[in-house]
Amino acid sequence: MTSIWNGDYLFLLENLIVKDFKIRYRNMSLGVFWSLLNPLVLMGVLTFVFVKVMPNRSIDNFPIFVLCGLVPFNFFTVAWNNGTISVSNNSGLIKRIPVPREIVPIATVLSTTIHLGIQIALLLLFVVLFGRGINVYWLWLPLLWTLEILFVCGLVLATSAFDVYLRDMRYIVESACTVLFWLVPIFYTLDIVPRQYVPVYEFNPLAAMILGLRRILIDGVSPNGDAGLVYKLAFTSTVSFAMGLAIYSRMKNKFFDYL
Amino acid sequence: MNVIEFKNVSKAFHRATGQRLLRHYLEDLLGKSDPDCFHALKNVNFAIKDGESVAVIGANGAGKSTLLSLVTRLAPPSEGEVSIKGRVAALLELGAGFHPDLTGRENIRLNASLLGFSRRQARDLYETIVDFAELQDFIDEPLRTYSNGMILRLAFAVAVNLDPQILIIDEVLAVGDQQFQAKCIDKIFEIRNQGRTILCVSHATGILQNLCSRALWLDHGQLVMDGPISEVLQAYSGRTLHAASE
Repeated sequence: MTSIWNGDYLFLLENLIVKDFKIRYRNMSLGVFWSLLNPLVLMGVLTFVFVKVMPNRSIDNFPIFVLCGLVPFNFFTVAWNNGTISVSNNSGLIKRIPVPREIVPIATVLSTTIHLGIQIALLLLFVVLFGRGINVYWLWLPLLWTLEILFVCGLVLATSAFDVYLRDMRYIVESACTVLFWLVPIFYTLDIVPRQYVPVYEFNPLAAMILGLRRILIDGVSPNGDAGLVYKLAFTSTVSFAMGLAIYSRMKNKFFDYL
Repeated sequence: MNVIEFKNVSKAFHRATGQRLLRHYLEDLLGKSDPDCFHALKNVNFAIKDGESVAVIGANGAGKSTLLSLVTRLAPPSEGEVSIKGRVAALLELGAGFHPDLTGRENIRLNASLLGFSRRQARDLYETIVDFAELQDFIDEPLRTYSNGMILRLAFAVAVNLDPQILIIDEVLAVGDQQFQAKCIDKIFEIRNQGRTILCVSHATGILQNLCSRALWLDHGQLVMDGPISEVLQAYSGRTLHAASE
């Protein structure tokens, strides 16, 4: 079924992103500072636990180590959760205006990248404050972030379409995020993971993202390494996006009947 | 040239959505037909030519809104074929896509992009839209402070300025006070006189009689009459009176 909508795709995307961002912050006195507060608080708590309560001497610079995990993880969970409910929550739009329907979940993910930008700035500031300096491998950062965004878009396209038919999807996603907090190396290193599970971590785009970030920002080396992390990340992200898009385009025709 | 064409179109909805979602969905996938399904449209055939203005009439629940959602391709037909040619602007529900926390100005921009304006059109038409809605004094206030009538005026102003080839109107002729209503109706007549195609659902038969030349009468999902507006309206009011006296 082809859409009868032939408007300006980019203009619409921009407006939807701006709308999401504005309505999230308009009625809050602290505004965008909330984007900074959440990772800072978690960083403080985790640093306290792993430096004072059960000290782990093998990790230096624990605050930036953990922040390298928290920033991508935070973006991932917020974007995935908000994206999953975006189609059901915008049923007025989906049922009444013939816009291309892919744009709703994608705009939701992209509006989250505005916080992500603020949090990345915070992360980079901490890296410099901890004396880790800027190096040439920072040039990899835009590509890595693009791949993570692509990965989340793919996931969100699939889960937001399922959420129209089964509203339980949002709770499944919430639970999956809680589980992932432990299963991606946020507060531990890949070295302590048993050998046979390492490939699972490397093919998990979120874990690969965190490992790549640490290689660049803390170790000052190329994110790729022997494991070819960036290739694996590029592969899984592209597959995720292609599959998400295929699932969404197959299911979108019936949204009207189920919303 | 036919701009809208329905060939043997039916549209069925499941009953009791929400309770047996998973089962229904699996049945859909397996292609099993649902004995409980409800036919909103049954085997409807018609064609509308470029420049025609057509009214859709019928009682509540006759399938009028379903028909419009098929024309705008918001819903796919269960059976049959729907073909549409040209740029469609649909006034299905005024203010769909508006957000209460955004200002009037921001909502105009958002709504314009949703309806398919380009960035340039949105900028150029902004003043026209605000003038038409007569809301200059409130344009930077959030929409939640607007009255219902003001929101409808704003929504109508955006939609009718899109310059569509096909204009679809669902029960939205009753906008605001009488003076503004007259202005909206004038605008719709102006669009019609420019040779655009209009498909209009309304219970305001007086306006339909002037605006449209042809009418489709739907009853329980079936097209019972398709002909010149005055004949269809006469038959329709005769039938309604008859039903009321029984």
